[in-house]
Amino acid sequence: MQDFGAAFWLAGELLVSGDETLAEIVVLSLKINAGAVALASAIGMPLGAILAVARFPGRQALVVLVNSLMGLPPVVVGLVVYLMLSNAGPLGVLQLLYTPTAMIVQTVLVTPIVAALTRQVIEDMDAEYSEQLDSLAVGRLARIGTLLYDARASLVTAVLAGFGRSVAEVGAVIIVGGNINHVTRVMTTAIALETSKGNLALALALGFVLLTIAIVVNGAVGGLRLAMVRDAHA
Amino acid sequence: MLERPITRHGAVSALLPLVVEDLVFEAGGRRLIDGIDLTLEAGRRSVILGPNGSGKSLFLRLIHGLIPPTSGRIAWNGRPPGREVRLSQAMVFQQPVLLRRSVAANIDYALAAHGFDKAARRARTEQMLIEAGLEHLARQPARRLSGGEQQRLALARALAVEPDVLLLDEPTSSLDPHATLRIEMLIARAAQEGVRIVLVTHDIGQARRFADEVVFLHRGRIAEHAPAEVFFDEPGSEAARSFLAGELVL
Repeated sequence: MQDFGAAFWLAGELLVSGDETLAEIVVLSLKINAGAVALASAIGMPLGAILAVARFPGRQALVVLVNSLMGLPPVVVGLVVYLMLSNAGPLGVLQLLYTPTAMIVQTVLVTPIVAALTRQVIEDMDAEYSEQLDSLAVGRLARIGTLLYDARASLVTAVLAGFGRSVAEVGAVIIVGGNINHVTRVMTTAIALETSKGNLALALALGFVLLTIAIVVNGAVGGLRLAMVRDAHA
Repeated sequence: MLERPITRHGAVSALLPLVVEDLVFEAGGRRLIDGIDLTLEAGRRSVILGPNGSGKSLFLRLIHGLIPPTSGRIAWNGRPPGREVRLSQAMVFQQPVLLRRSVAANIDYALAAHGFDKAARRARTEQMLIEAGLEHLARQPARRLSGGEQQRLALARALAVEPDVLLLDEPTSSLDPHATLRIEMLIARAAQEGVRIVLVTHDIGQARRFADEVVFLHRGRIAEHAPAEVFFDEPGSEAARSFLAGELVL
């Protein structure tokens, strides 16, 4: 296992020296995933909240559907989006395949997670708030806004779960992004590629960065959540 | 601010009388409110008294329009208890439901929901905080207040919107005597200012302190509806006599 030890050493060197290739991949990864999660939150949170508060026939079925979409297989989503974006597909004219924009495919994977978790959080809170908000004659739209705002500390967890899914995902981004150097190569696809090339040092270094990002983001969000809970809750 | 048909500080309220006819509420196959007929006139402090499980809280929720009755009719001066009627009412719950925001923001929220403009909201919030003795806690998270302070905030929030009718569901049942006194003083002041008070309680002492008239509920029916002095001196129903004598009324 001489290679293994050497790989660790080299990985450390790459990290310390601020290797350009490494930095580029990390920055692109963060941009793409942040974009995908922001978009997924903008769609998933209102959707989840409406699902929590509204009463209509078929609601229960929709809840089950959204919950099961949390487990969407990324490669299948990647394939479907690939077919849509390919030249023969309905969105082919946009010429988005193998561009960073296409990698917003992550949004498709993250939105159900944000929506399903939001639905649960908001439903619980509505059970507590419902009569008080009725008593205050709060309208439907304002009610959803109120619940989302007051659930902010718990919703951070939903966003975090979405980010975790997005940043760790390989299958979908490699299909629609193509893992093109300097364009669509993100941390996970780079790790897959470098490992298969035998370039374990870069793969390991990227792995460390990915882990570190996961820990830092979780820690920061955890701290933020704690502060919000301290400010707003009993 | 919304244009509201109020004549506060006067004798006549646009929401009264409240007329309830043959009100029935069933849940899970049980008849919890069993044919209530009641008229509440303007200008009085009504106490709805009764043992636990007699349907007091349920009755309050029904007349506030928070839950729909199984059958029967509720009319506030001819109008059903909907959103429009609720804009002229406020309710304080047994367990205060405070928003996960600051003390001041809780009052501001209620005012905004009732259409007060920004300047009016700021002035009114400050005034209510002072009246409730909470001004030093204005920026504190509401949910970190003590039980008594939380209920005082809930009451201040309810009164902030200048309701014609204030509905109170056992507002002091989980409070110590000191906290109870401060809540009762706030309610008494509101009553003096012309707010119509409907107070639900199972506390006989509180009923004596507050009631102009008593509606005694027992097993989802009105066992007695009488002026306070009549009710406490010569209760007409067996259930009320037992209850006032401190016996366990089931």
